[in-house]
Amino acid sequence: MLRESITISWRNITQNKFRTFLTVLGIIIGVTAIISLVTILQGVIDEVNRQFDSVGANTIIVSATGTPLKQGLSDHEISELVEIDGIVGWTPSVSNTASIHAHETTLEKVNIKGINEVYFARNQEMVVAGRGINYLDIESKNTVCVINTDMAQKLFLGENPIGKSIVIYGVSYKVIGLLDETAGLNSVMTVMSGVGDSVMIPYRNVLSMNGTDRVYALEVYTTEDADVLGTVDQMETYLNQVFNYKDDSYSLIEMENLLDMMKDLQGMMRAMLVGIASISLLVGGIGIMNMMLVSVTERTTEIGLRKALGAEPRRIQIQFLTEAIILSLMGGIMGVIVGLTLAYIAAIVIGYPFELNIFAIVLGTGFSAAVGIIFGFAPAKKASELNPIDALRSI
Amino acid sequence: MALLDMKQIVKIYVTGGEEQVVLDHVDFTVEEGEFVAILGPSGSGKSTMMNIIGCLDVPTSGEYYLNGRKIADLEEKELAHIRNKEIGFIFQSFQLLKRNTVLENVMLPLMYAGLPRHEQERRAKEILTRMGLKDKFDFFPHQLSGGQQQRVAISRAVVTQPSILLADEPTGALDQRTGAEVMELFNELNQEGRTIIMITHDEKIAAHAKRIVKILDGKMSKGVVSDA
Repeated sequence: MLRESITISWRNITQNKFRTFLTVLGIIIGVTAIISLVTILQGVIDEVNRQFDSVGANTIIVSATGTPLKQGLSDHEISELVEIDGIVGWTPSVSNTASIHAHETTLEKVNIKGINEVYFARNQEMVVAGRGINYLDIESKNTVCVINTDMAQKLFLGENPIGKSIVIYGVSYKVIGLLDETAGLNSVMTVMSGVGDSVMIPYRNVLSMNGTDRVYALEVYTTEDADVLGTVDQMETYLNQVFNYKDDSYSLIEMENLLDMMKDLQGMMRAMLVGIASISLLVGGIGIMNMMLVSVTERTTEIGLRKALGAEPRRIQIQFLTEAIILSLMGGIMGVIVGLTLAYIAAIVIGYPFELNIFAIVLGTGFSAAVGIIFGFAPAKKASELNPIDALRSI
Repeated sequence: MALLDMKQIVKIYVTGGEEQVVLDHVDFTVEEGEFVAILGPSGSGKSTMMNIIGCLDVPTSGEYYLNGRKIADLEEKELAHIRNKEIGFIFQSFQLLKRNTVLENVMLPLMYAGLPRHEQERRAKEILTRMGLKDKFDFFPHQLSGGQQQRVAISRAVVTQPSILLADEPTGALDQRTGAEVMELFNELNQEGRTIIMITHDEKIAAHAKRIVKILDGKMSKGVVSDA
């Protein structure tokens, strides 16, 4: 019975190809919109999430601008702060922008990042040659640096950079390690500043360049099983003491919390996009309903004859419903193809990895089938209720 | 009991608030194996008569028994089953599905009867072969002559082995010679034992039947046995 319905439907649909195309165009546009928007959005979201995930959820970002009298945190205060239960380490977020020279090459406006040994302890796999900056380098303010592979290429043109020198603010720094920042856990700072040219030196050297010995921003890492809320509580207690309970003197952001918030926001954006795209599906559905109603009128005699020959009303109804569903599914499948193509092109243009989004495909085809059922129902019902006498008389 | 038994059938249509009596206490009986013509001019009520006989419509009042089964207050679904099983319709304008092949057209009522596809095909081919359309299985209706189309329609009507063949002006769309051939075919079918009820306005066509009843203004005359 189903096979028969599909065969009959197919014949009717292919009878007038241009009209069929115009009818399903609405669905094609609707599904294309849903698929491409959802896939593009998902791609962007995935990319952002990947970067944030690389930071790790067990991170608390501390911003301590302090009060006019007491700005930032001293080494002593930081060492007290990170004594709190559950904290395993910290990295400062200090930077400077400077021109650097090496050989006869000069690079302008290079991001100089000040880091400590914890950064490399967490990211050992990022050091692809040489070594990272260690505790001793920090303590003795050694003039050593780690550069990334991009930078090495620009400054030393393929020569091994280890052991060579670069000059920052007139001070010569020895290159001790080569970094691939795309590997391993990252710090929020590197994520925010992007993976471009960068030089890493002991953070105290950067503080000196900035003319201070205080740190305004840092990242604190907690253990996997830490009671993050408890840790944050204790950190607040300590920072309140340091800054004398002054409002807005510091802020703490838990990555975990931030990630949750971001995911909520992403969910909302996705729902909104689907909502907007659904409007075009609605319009497409009305188009299908219109064509089905025309089709019922055109085929009144045929329906009457089928009824005279013994077709039950239900059978006629299924027949027309099948036709509506096939029409909208056709539109849906074409929409999925066009939508994915657009998303693929967008991925190449914007520059993030294209991923086939199963959710979008299921959504697109599911929606279009639902449109077929909803908007095919009324015409199918009308056809099934046609009086065979009237139907046969209308010749 | 007669194959078809109608008692005091009344059909009233209400149009624009006015009642119109189309069939006025009609009694009509058909025995198995009969060939009856219902003869009447247009507007006489013969089409309504055909609709009620063919279970396309139900009477306002009166009793109708078909093959021992009471046809009244039946649901549309049950009427559909009865039409499929008991009635073989033959229409003036053939009413073949133009997008389907000859074979598919004849298979159609068997499909609605729920027969498996190979059985539909076997029976349809058998009957079409008998009707001399063996080489036309895969033709479309428009590729056939009027006479051939009507033979396809007759094949479709008899393929289900119905109790009654119900023909509505079966020669109306045919020229005289082809019409005569169709009548010849009707006679053959009747001789094989098929019960045929034919509705027509044409006395010459009606004369092919073994019994003629006349209908005028919703009233039916007693049957006249034809000399044909």
